[in-house]
Amino acid sequence: MGFDQYHEPPEELSPETRTFARMCASLTEEAEAIGWYEQRLAIEQDADAKAIMSDAQGEEFKHFAMDLEFLLRRTPRWKQICEGVLFQDGDIVEHGEAAEAASEDGDSDDESTGAADGSLGIGSLRGEER
Amino acid sequence: MNHLLRHLAPISDSGWELLDDEARERLGPSLAARRLVDFDGPRGWRHSATNLGRSGEVEPPADGVSAAQRRVLPLVELRAEFTVSRAELADNDRGAVDADLESLDDAAQRIAIAENVAVFHGWAKAGIIGIAEASPVKARPLGDGAEGYPRSVANAVEALREVGVEGPYGLALGPDEYTRVIETAEHGGYPLFDHLAKILEGPIVWAPGVKGAVVLSLRGGDFLYESGQDLAIGYSHHDAETVHLYLEESFSFVVATPEAAAPLGS
Repeated sequence: MGFDQYHEPPEELSPETRTFARMCASLTEEAEAIGWYEQRLAIEQDADAKAIMSDAQGEEFKHFAMDLEFLLRRTPRWKQICEGVLFQDGDIVEHGEAAEAASEDGDSDDESTGAADGSLGIGSLRGEER
Repeated sequence: MNHLLRHLAPISDSGWELLDDEARERLGPSLAARRLVDFDGPRGWRHSATNLGRSGEVEPPADGVSAAQRRVLPLVELRAEFTVSRAELADNDRGAVDADLESLDDAAQRIAIAENVAVFHGWAKAGIIGIAEASPVKARPLGDGAEGYPRSVANAVEALREVGVEGPYGLALGPDEYTRVIETAEHGGYPLFDHLAKILEGPIVWAPGVKGAVVLSLRGGDFLYESGQDLAIGYSHHDAETVHLYLEESFSFVVATPEAAAPLGS
């Protein structure tokens, strides 16, 4: 596959952006694999083979979730929009539009706090010196 | 936009940066509990309760069935209000570097102390049992003189080991006790602070709000702080001269292993 996850010359990209691009590529691959297993499972007749493929698809679900969490932790606005859409009842498109609008409203706050929820981003202080 | 309503405040981006930086700077040293217990979250302002994994009996609504109701620990909200002069904020926008933020500093200290007290000594009306009050471990009182601290702390560490609680261990010290420790050198000039750190194999933490001291294990899984909204500055209202703001957080705290800590009275 070479280095085709990069859309721009890699040498011009920072290490953080290259990692981000790799993880985006990984996320895409996990989603593709989930789709492939879904198709195989739909037509497979052998119960043992089906059980193995189902187990393998579960692995891909996990990989996808880990890739996504990594990317969201490094992208506050993406995380903020996801928080407005994921695991919510109701109309998905409405939630998406509202979450996107809210993220635009909150842009100026985010710049000063560095935390998507408007907090000071203090969190745990374990391991820090007094 | 969220419940903090920061966008409604007459405060510029550089003004918010000033306030957020000052709050972080003031809160950091005082938030002792966060240096010693497990921190989970933040789970957001809408997160309302911690799952305790337990249920209690409840009368069923009809005959022929049994019933139970889940038990949860509701999150508490702490808020410390403060004000900022609009003239000070305007001066900051002009480039002044000595803005008067005393009211914010006081609020930061108040809310940090409240968090520490809830975690270490409990908050009965909110259903929070503190680390010190939950502990069944009987340890030697810390005493009035700093020269007795190593023996008391070693005794506490030994008491924890005897009940199978492994280290490393941390020590939360009330402000008076902490001052005594850093002021004291033992025979031969060896700093008391270093001696205690060697016994504990872990941190010694300045803990405003803590009475006496608490030795606790840092192995993890024993003391669980769950954050809903992490500490944030929100907007209340303003007039021509003053902006009224507040520091706010929501959290719960659960002691999973009471015997993983040993309180040391003054």
